[in-house]
Amino acid sequence: MLKIDQIYKTFNPGTITEKVALQGVSLDLKEGDFVTVIGGNGAGKSTMLNAVAGVFPVDQGHIMIGGADVTRLPEHKRAKYLGRVFQDPMTGTAATMNIEENMALAFRRGKPRGLRWGITASERDQYREHLKSLGLGLEDRMASKVGLLSGGQRQALTLLMATLQAPKLLLLDEHTAALDPKTAAKVLEITQKIVDEQHLTAMMVTHNMKDAIAIGNRLIMMNEGKIVVDVSGEEKSKLTRRDLMGLFEKAAGKELDGDRLLLS
Amino acid sequence: MELIKLVNALPGAVAQGLIWGLMAIGVYITFRILDVADLTVDGSLATGGAVAAMLITSGYSVWVALLAAFVVGLLAGLLTGCFHTLMGIPAILAGILTQLGLYSINLRIMGGKANTAISANKFYLLVSLRNVRSWAIQNPIFVLILFTAVVVLLLYWFFGTELGSSLRATGANQKMARAQGINTNHNILLGLMLSNGLVALSGALLAQYQGFADVNMGRGAIVIGLAAVIIGEVVFGKLFRNFAMKLVAVTIGAIVYYLVIQVVLWLGLDANDLKLLTALVVGIFLGVPYWKNQILSRTKGSKGGPRNAEN
Repeated sequence: MLKIDQIYKTFNPGTITEKVALQGVSLDLKEGDFVTVIGGNGAGKSTMLNAVAGVFPVDQGHIMIGGADVTRLPEHKRAKYLGRVFQDPMTGTAATMNIEENMALAFRRGKPRGLRWGITASERDQYREHLKSLGLGLEDRMASKVGLLSGGQRQALTLLMATLQAPKLLLLDEHTAALDPKTAAKVLEITQKIVDEQHLTAMMVTHNMKDAIAIGNRLIMMNEGKIVVDVSGEEKSKLTRRDLMGLFEKAAGKELDGDRLLLS
Repeated sequence: MELIKLVNALPGAVAQGLIWGLMAIGVYITFRILDVADLTVDGSLATGGAVAAMLITSGYSVWVALLAAFVVGLLAGLLTGCFHTLMGIPAILAGILTQLGLYSINLRIMGGKANTAISANKFYLLVSLRNVRSWAIQNPIFVLILFTAVVVLLLYWFFGTELGSSLRATGANQKMARAQGINTNHNILLGLMLSNGLVALSGALLAQYQGFADVNMGRGAIVIGLAAVIIGEVVFGKLFRNFAMKLVAVTIGAIVYYLVIQVVLWLGLDANDLKLLTALVVGIFLGVPYWKNQILSRTKGSKGGPRNAEN
């Protein structure tokens, strides 16, 4: 479903702020794969996700989504393949527009936008049902501005919006990192449910080792712009945190840096 | 300070307010919906006036003149939009470049003269200053109310469509908009065009109303537009939630602005000091939301603005 072939990315090349972010990343995701991506700060996790989303062009390599080469497509044209949820709950929704308007925008992802009315009555009923399934009571607040929602509510809504039109690939960029533990667990539960129900292919960046191990059928770990650990299937289901740290040390030739990764 | 003088001046203030209200709706589209401050308007207002004046004095109908002014306004917005989206120039600077360039273009349009008279005696005009106190259908106030109503309804429709919604999303959150497959650059172009089209239309009406087009007629237009937007929001912000009514609020804001101007002139303010007064008042009103936030965040703890408090 997703094929990343030897991508490289350096930010601000030739300047003092030069940052080599990706150094030949390759990854092949099958349909229905749910891969978690873990690694220290600056390992290239989010950069890889953003490269797939088309936030910036890559220096080298190719990216294919569902058989289509998207390497040269701008961000808004890739959107038809992708559902995205961001780390900052403010990023995924338009705060000054109301819940149903946000959903109507997401419902038209990948379709031409013309001079038809922006939202129809039948859509509204459909959205209400979707919102009900979140169990957050948002179905009664469809005319409320999204800016009035809490971070957790906004992330849940963004998830719903990202999957309103089943995406070929769901990109989750630390989407629970800004939430308190209880809300994070709830949003993660909703994520799992939606991915299962729609049999989506998904890629989730996380700082939380426990989540990375518990969720999905495949786990990759990144270090210095490369994928250094890749486990899947049965091996992944038996994985412990200790195993993971051992794998990392063997692959990267150093100890896992003691940032928030270890603490969580 | 005879009261009758003030009363006599009021209909003119209302008519001027209605004309500038259209211009302010254009400013609302960029400043509030698209979230960019577009200074093109100082130039495109005069362009609209110049185009209309030249066409009307050449014998074209008023409607052709208005349409042409609108189209030329669209082009002015397109130019600013290209500076901004294709060349990466900050929106505010892109607008200043277009505005400056338009000064020369406006002079060219008027054949090298700084102003062009359009006499209501010689030509049929849609709105004219001299009918402003008459109880007739030609009274510019009636005509302009009708005109504004049509514009507001058209904009209400447009911003409710899929395309219009995507334009609002572009202004609200560009990252989100792109993630939903919206071409944000196209929408910024479209918004700037629409805005300057309306501003030029307003310029075309203003030239007819005052009986001449002048190369300087747009000086400070952006500030008057902002004043109208802000007055409208301060007075009707809590009352009007509907999009069409928000545009009406902007129009009323422009009328209030001109009524206040008439009052302070009547009270004896030197007309030369008007622009200074306007700049100060708009500056203060633009600062109010900032001060409000500062005070709120101080009382609620350093990190807890009203938004974060809910998380």
